[in-house]
Amino acid sequence: MSKYTQLWAGGLLAAILVAAQLLLRVTGKDYCLTQLTMSVYYAIVVLGLCLVMGYAGQVSLGHGAFFAIGGYTSAILTTADFSRFQSLAGVGWLKSIHILEVRQNLFGSPVTTVSPWAAFLAAMVVTLVIAAVIGYPALRLKGHYLAMATLGFGLIVNKLILGSSIAGAADGISDVPPFALLGGLMVSGKSPVRVQNYYIACGLLLLLLVLLGNLVRSRMGRALRAIHDRETAANAMGINTSAVKLKVFVLSALLAALAGVLFTHYTGGIGPSEAGPLKSVRYVALAAAGGMANLWGAAVVSTLINYLSLRDWFGSFDQAVFGVILILIIALAPDGPLPPLALWVRRAARRVFGQRRPRHGAA
Amino acid sequence: MDSGDLALQYFLSGITKGSIYAVVAIGFNLIYSATGILNFAQGEFVMLGGMLAVTLAQFVPLPVAVAGAVVVVACLGCLLEVSLFRKLRRHSVMHMVIITIGLSIVIQEAALHLWDEKVRSLPYFTGNEVTSLRILGAAISPQVLWVLGTVAIGVALLHGFLKFTLVGRAMRACSSNAEAAMLAGINTSNMRTLSFGLSAALGALAGCVISPITLTHYEMGAPLAIKGFAAAILGGLGNPMAAVLGGLLVGVAEAAAVSRLPAAYNDVAAFAILLAVLFVRPHGLLGAASGDSVREC
Repeated sequence: MSKYTQLWAGGLLAAILVAAQLLLRVTGKDYCLTQLTMSVYYAIVVLGLCLVMGYAGQVSLGHGAFFAIGGYTSAILTTADFSRFQSLAGVGWLKSIHILEVRQNLFGSPVTTVSPWAAFLAAMVVTLVIAAVIGYPALRLKGHYLAMATLGFGLIVNKLILGSSIAGAADGISDVPPFALLGGLMVSGKSPVRVQNYYIACGLLLLLLVLLGNLVRSRMGRALRAIHDRETAANAMGINTSAVKLKVFVLSALLAALAGVLFTHYTGGIGPSEAGPLKSVRYVALAAAGGMANLWGAAVVSTLINYLSLRDWFGSFDQAVFGVILILIIALAPDGPLPPLALWVRRAARRVFGQRRPRHGAA
Repeated sequence: MDSGDLALQYFLSGITKGSIYAVVAIGFNLIYSATGILNFAQGEFVMLGGMLAVTLAQFVPLPVAVAGAVVVVACLGCLLEVSLFRKLRRHSVMHMVIITIGLSIVIQEAALHLWDEKVRSLPYFTGNEVTSLRILGAAISPQVLWVLGTVAIGVALLHGFLKFTLVGRAMRACSSNAEAAMLAGINTSNMRTLSFGLSAALGALAGCVISPITLTHYEMGAPLAIKGFAAAILGGLGNPMAAVLGGLLVGVAEAAAVSRLPAAYNDVAAFAILLAVLFVRPHGLLGAASGDSVREC
């Protein structure tokens, strides 16, 4: 997608997102924004996956695990009580630079926890290390073998979360505090800040779309596409394929973790199902339905489908409808629904406005 | 029971589960060889086989019910290939793999709505829940022998079919070089359909014999597909007999983990071993590494 079309697409998507909010406000269904915000965060995971799958041609069936690693790191650090270390020398200093903070928990008693900002940074570092450690050996594997390795990694993370009491085992973690961003903005699920949170999520999505769009048009993006088409040839052209693959894998893991952290603060908790293999498979399926190497398609399709299933639109047929939509989109529009849609819109526009133009020229 | 007997007991339970993983892994391999697709709906064939046999067994004798279930699921497998995958000529393998994931979701949900969420099972083929045979100090159910026997015979027959019959050799020709096979007059499309049918039939058979032990449930397919995939990868893709080794290894590793670790971690050991093997041998235990990087995948 060229810079020019990207500008148009960004404007259009922003307009649609604003229109959706206004429409929900007018119809008095503001509560729908909650699910919409959640699906936008899920869409960020799918964007990262697009980069790995669509552009670099590497399959990852473990992205749910990175989402969970981000979310859980943040949730554990911001809820675990460090009061009993009060007497240690460094604690006062950590408080003075706002790494630790004192707040009230759900029951009104004071607890000393890590501040969300510090927890966020910790989550990013943890994800970076894990993604690099797993990615380094795993990315030497090809095709289905890589898929299995990442799937296995995801399953292991899922089971470890389910089996450890510090992560709340099957119950997950709740009472995660709000995440105060700059300028009084706050990532939290409380209803007074619902609209604000919707725009935080959408703003982040649009920003990432533009940044990643630039990335795939850069030297790095061309290297990725070369690897996608023929890894051996890319190697022969002087691309350090393993370094490039690892970089993009770590980047997409970080995006998943970023979404996980914000999602956890937004919903106030996280559960072990976020790391489940079905979630990871779902992300892959959504990336494929969006058109694989199509960031905008992935964002739109995944937001829409996740929103519909979070709102329980199809009731007990939810999974079945998801499966059918998946099969239909991939069978009928392997490049995602957006290119055919754009073509159709352009044709319709030509039919409406097109006839005027030649007359103009003739006159 | 002393610890040696206990170990044997766990080993036998691992072999039993592993033989089912092996069958699913063979199914993965058959379809992969013929089409390059990894069919994640493979576990659903096992589930459907069990479900159909349970339903049919209410009306007809058990052997007829099992045979009926196998035939119906095999036809379904062929139908899926003819009606869906045969039409998708322009699609990449990746797209088709995602479509099989979609199919697996749809089949699972269809089973939920056709039957219900209840757990059901076939009766024990011989004896009942409490019948047990003592072998070398370990107590095993006769059904375990049914499972192992059926899987062994099925694998042997499949091996003979692929090795010695004309159709079987045509199938192997397709998997080693589809274009050359086509030039030699083999109808490759039909071979693809046959591979789907065979995989589905094998899966359904496994679903029937395992039903008395592990019970049949509409959600059983996805975990089986994951384990079967792991087994196929562990053995090395493209080699149905390596899948048997992979399946048994995954089953035994799982049983060993159950005996040593807290229940919550039982899959962790199996998958950790798998990852370790993959990082050392990137093409599985018996997979061939040659020429893969320059081949069109």
